[in-house]
Parts: sequence; structure tokens; C-alpha cells
Amino acid sequence: MSHSPALSAERSSAPPHRHSSTSRRKQNIAAYLFVLPFFVVFIAMLIVPLVYSGYLSLFESKLIGGEVFAGLANYVRALQDSAFLASIGRMGLFFIVQVPIMLGLALFFALALDSGRARGARGARLLIFMPYAVPAVVATLMWGYLYGPDFGPIAQIARAVGLGTPEFLSPENILGSMMNIVTWEFVGYNMIILYAALRSIPGELYEAAEIDGAGQFRIAWSVKIPAIRPAILLTVIFSIIGTFQLFAEPSLLNTIAPDAITNSFTPNYYAYNLAFINQELNYAAAIAFLLGIFIAIVSYIVQLSTQQRERRERTTS
Amino acid sequence: MRKAPRTALALGSGAVAAALILSGCTPGGGDAGEDAGPITEEQREEALNTETELTFWTWVPDIENEVALFEEKYPAIDVKVENVGQGLPHYQKLRSAIEAGEGAPDVAQVEYQYIPSFVLPESLLDLTPYGAEDIAGDYVDWAWDQVSPADEVWAVPQDVGPMGNLYREDLLTQAGITEPPATWEEYATAAKAVKDSTGSYISNLGATQAGQMIGFMWQRGVKPFSYDGQDTVSINVNSDEAKEVADYWTGLIQQDLVSTDVDFNDQWYQGLATGKYAGWLTAAWGPIFLQGTAEGTSGLWRAAPLPQWEEGEQVAGNWGGSADAVLASSENPIAAYELAKFINNDEESAMMLATEQFLFPPQLSVLEDPAFVDQASEFYGGQEVNKLFSVISETVDTDFQWLPFMDYVYSTYEETMGTVIADKGDISAALDTWQDQLVSYAEDQGFTVE
Repeated sequence: MSHSPALSAERSSAPPHRHSSTSRRKQNIAAYLFVLPFFVVFIAMLIVPLVYSGYLSLFESKLIGGEVFAGLANYVRALQDSAFLASIGRMGLFFIVQVPIMLGLALFFALALDSGRARGARGARLLIFMPYAVPAVVATLMWGYLYGPDFGPIAQIARAVGLGTPEFLSPENILGSMMNIVTWEFVGYNMIILYAALRSIPGELYEAAEIDGAGQFRIAWSVKIPAIRPAILLTVIFSIIGTFQLFAEPSLLNTIAPDAITNSFTPNYYAYNLAFINQELNYAAAIAFLLGIFIAIVSYIVQLSTQQRERRERTTS
Repeated sequence: MRKAPRTALALGSGAVAAALILSGCTPGGGDAGEDAGPITEEQREEALNTETELTFWTWVPDIENEVALFEEKYPAIDVKVENVGQGLPHYQKLRSAIEAGEGAPDVAQVEYQYIPSFVLPESLLDLTPYGAEDIAGDYVDWAWDQVSPADEVWAVPQDVGPMGNLYREDLLTQAGITEPPATWEEYATAAKAVKDSTGSYISNLGATQAGQMIGFMWQRGVKPFSYDGQDTVSINVNSDEAKEVADYWTGLIQQDLVSTDVDFNDQWYQGLATGKYAGWLTAAWGPIFLQGTAEGTSGLWRAAPLPQWEEGEQVAGNWGGSADAVLASSENPIAAYELAKFINNDEESAMMLATEQFLFPPQLSVLEDPAFVDQASEFYGGQEVNKLFSVISETVDTDFQWLPFMDYVYSTYEETMGTVIADKGDISAALDTWQDQLVSYAEDQGFTVE
């Protein structure tokens, strides 16, 4: 997962200390030395490939005729490519439906564990988190078996009680089935982030709320949730990035339900197929770039709108 | 280092004389473009006796055994076998390595339909100067046509998949069918009887299985693709004959006599093992595969040729099979060719491939060897399945070609045909969509489409 701007923004707001200029310079050098390894890897593994694929995306290469400079033609083509736009739309739908469910569940579990009322909280925490430790490849294969229409356990039980065979892998239902897999995988991960944030809320706030006569639900709603809003925002942004970059799930489900998963089911999967099946590497680079820009814009809008709301709330209160 | 003595040798008068003699007895091998001409016996000897390391990319299991035979015969040559994936991942890595200009193997397994996609960027070595024409007669004609559609030879055939019909004798008997259907018309009647009396589908048409459908077209005499080796292709997947095949299957599927499950997944394996399907129209590699998948039904299966379009005809299509090609970038092309040739041409090695790895051979010496064809198979009630398929192999239509972008052809098949077949829709109409997409891709890529 990539680093969120939300975290660094919080940290940089610490008040600056005043030091003499020499010791500050020394400190600065030390700081640069500490971040140097990160920047070396960051530049070699991220910036350089990024610049290279940006460069590639400006060319057009054909099986006959080779490579020619094409300017922004690939980008123009992508913006008119119905398959690409449909994949973005599909992920938009995925985001609108799946992310609230997943984060709602994560928040619910985090609050339940934090309340201290649930028995066996430690074990439950581990169990909820465990699916995240299962690699996406294994998870998808496992769900592929569970979803199977003839011999999958869900279908067998459904038939045994006379419900007929559920078609989890049909073209109409595959998106929902995928949402379920992703939810199962990432509820625990998001829960841990929220739970950690809940643990850092100072206890006095709860005492004050209790003195004011607030019950557990009221405390959760009026104290806990507002207090962990930055962490919630963080999970939302992670989810935006994660959703629009879905790759392993469609790529694996494609072996089980190739008729339901089209080559352009998700933007990332489309870029992969363009590059390695259609051999349109340059066009794939343009798609990947557009996708990156799109994710950056959506993440920025979400962050901006929550910040504005916070500001508005602060001025009104 | 190794180049200098070779050049010196080539300049020697003895070598020139040998070259003349060799080119004299190699039909069509004299003109090898910018290369120096056919390889002389001295050059071959020298290359095989020089310490050399070759890399060989293949996904054939246990091919190390055949490679060991080669290394035993030519101790100076050390072969590194690498399995970088099966099918698509293999080709992706191969293309990346070729593109990168380093890391590509000397010899690589390539399925017949993908050969043109490596010929197009000139990634394969023409094997005619190395004497490949000499072994042309060792193979069934149509298999040789696959590796050598014109004057050049691009690879040495390894295995093939002439198509036949594997069926459950018990289920068909239960439906009152005692002889395997000889024509497609009879097959349709049998399908109805089997469904009515046993509830099984007579077979399954893999919704996204382009190889099977193309095999059926091949049998019908459809020539959907061709490629001239330069920049001209022809695409004809929606010809009248192709639509005849499509309509036939549409009919069976819409009457619910043939299922359209996606094949080669657990669901489908179970279907074969539990009698959901009473048969499988497959290739010569199918019998052994089925034996591993449906162990519990041993003895109940039989093999027969594909049903025919015209009564009394004997025509088959092909589904699958590979060859070993030498890459143009190989620094040891002579030794590399000898490896590709040895693995698939040496009697002992070819026999091993057929009897231990169960690759169905294109090589006549194996197809005629009693040790191979007279094998009785218990799984098929004691039938000599190899003999049946070696007869079928001779009925495969020659002269079937591929496009230089089969990856795309297959992936659009999934998109256009696969979804329609799974939906039990009109397959003929889907052929038109598929045709349009293929033509527009070919034109976008700069090909001249005829």
C-alpha cells in the first residue's frame, strides 16, 4: 500500500523548535542521511519506471511498421475507449457499493472490540484480521471453489434446502461475488487501523461524556467516531486506491469464469491485457497513467471535501 | 572467441567442397538469405565438440530425461532446462527476453499456432541451412506444414493433437446406441437419446475454448487464417462453412443437449468424473489426460474418430501440440538446432516422449512402432487407443495456417464467442463480431488484410 498524504500532513504540523544554525544543519544532514536509502529505492523503483512509462505512452507501436512518435494520441484514444471508460465505471460502482459496507463493518468491529464488552476480544481481533494475511491469490481460488455451481458447498446446501443453484459466477453476479471476496479480505485490515486509532483516544473524554450522561452508543457516535475521523479518511483513501487498482481478483476469477470476466473488467486488468495479450505496450502505458491521474484526483477530492466539512464544522461550533 | 575458428574453417577449401556437396543434396536449402549457406559437416562436428552451454525453455514435464540422452551423446554440451510457465506466461517471458535483447533461451517450446507471432519479429532462426529439410520426411505431412508453411523451417515438431471422440460406452449403450456416431447428424440424434435416457450431456463445448472450436472448423475444411510471413494476412472466421459448424453447435446447445461449461477447471473435471458429460470431443493428448481426471470410471470409456460431415468420409482437425524452435539470437545455433532435432527426432528420445510423457507423436517412426501403437489401454476397455489416433492423424487436413497474433485472436474469442456460447446464444452471429474485431485489430496493427 502506498503512503497517505494524510499521515505526513498530521506529523508536519508539530511546532518548530529554535536551535542554533550549526546544530540545525547537522541535524538536517543526519535527517537527509536517514531518508537517503528510501529515496534511492523510491527513485529507482518508482520515479524512473514512471518516467519511462510516461515516455512510452507518447509513442505508437505497431506489429508492422514499428514505433513512431504519437504525441497524446494514446491518451485521446483512451478517453474515447468505451472498454476503458466502462471499467472505470464498473469500479466506481464497486466503490460506491462495496467500500461503505466494508468500512461500516470494519468500524463496527473496531468499536465492538474497543468497547471492552465483547468476550474473547483478542481472539476475535485475530480472526477478523486473518483473511488479510491470506494472499489474494489463495483467497480468490478458495472463493472460486466456494462459489462453484455444481460442487461448491454453498450451491450444494442451497440445492439441499430447495433454493436452486445460486449463480455466483454468472456475468450478472460476478461483480457482487468479487465485492464479497474483497470485503472479506480487507475488513480486518481496515478494522486494525480504526482500532489502533480508537486506542489512542484519551480516557478523560469518555469520563467526561459519562458524567454528562452519555451511554455507550452516544459515546461511540459523538466521541469516538469524530475522534478517529482522520483514520477513517485514511481507510477511505486506501480503499479508493485499492478499488481502482483491483487486479488479482479479476485475473484469477478469469480462469474460473472467463465468460463473466471480460478483458477490460477492471482498468488495471485491461492495461495488463493490452500490454501482454494485444501487445499494445504504449497504449497500456497511457491507460496506466490515466488511471493514476484519476485515482489521484478522486483521492484529492475526497480529502478536500472532508477538510472543508471539518472547517465548516469548526467555524459553526 | 568461438567465431574466429569457425570463419577460418569456412574459408578452408575442404569445407567449401563439403558445403557444395551438402547443398547439392539439400533441396531448397541452398538459398538462406544473408547467411553463409548450409552448415558443413565439419562445422557441425566442431560445434558439437566445443564446450557449450545451451538454455532450453519448455514446460514438458521431466524433459530432463530426454535432455540427458542428448548430453550423453554430446558430452561437451551442457543444457540448462528452464520451465518459465506454461502457455501464455511462457510466451510473455519469451517476448520480454527477446525485446530486452538478453536472457532469451537458445531453444524454446512453441505451440504451432504461436510460431507466426515469433516469425513476424524475426525472432526465430530459419533451420533450413542447418539441414532441417532432411528430416521433413520423418513427420506426418500436416505437422510438418505447421512448422514449415513455406520454404523456411521454423521449428521441429514435438507433439500433435489430432481430434477424436472419447465417450462413455456404458451411458451410450444405456441410451440404445451401440456404435459411436459416425456423422454429426447421428451425433445429434444420439445426443437427444443420451439426454433423455441418462440425463447426461453427450459432451461439453467449452464456452471459451477457442482451440476446440477451431479444431472443429479445421475438420470442416475452414481456412480461417493465413499469413504470408510478411505483412499480409487473411481472416475468414465467418465463412459459410464456419457458420455451418457454428449453427450445428447452436442447435445442440439451445436444445440443452450439449453443455457449455468452461473447461479445464475443477467444475469440469468433476463433470467428466461423475458422468455429467457422456463424452469429450478432444485431441490425441486427451485419452491420458482423462485417465488422470476420471480414474473412477476406468474401463467405461472408448475412443472413436470425430463424427463426419459427409457419410463415409474420414477427416479430422487438430487441437494443440508444440514444436521446439531455435531463437535467432542464439549464439550457438548449430548446437541449438541439434538439441531441438535430437529431442524430437532421435528414435529413443521421441519414443520416450510418446510413452513416458504421453505426448502424441508426429513422428512416423513412432507412429509405426508396435511398442507404441499396440499398447492396449485398460481405461478404454483394452482398446488400442494409440493405434486409433495414429490412423486419425493421417486424416488431418494439411495446409492450416495461423495469424501472427494468436494471443489476441484467443482473447477476443473469449470476449465475443465465449460469452455468446455461455449464454446459449447464436454462435454464427458471434462469428461475425469476432471477424470484425480481428480485421480491425489487424488493420490497426498495420497489416494488409485480404
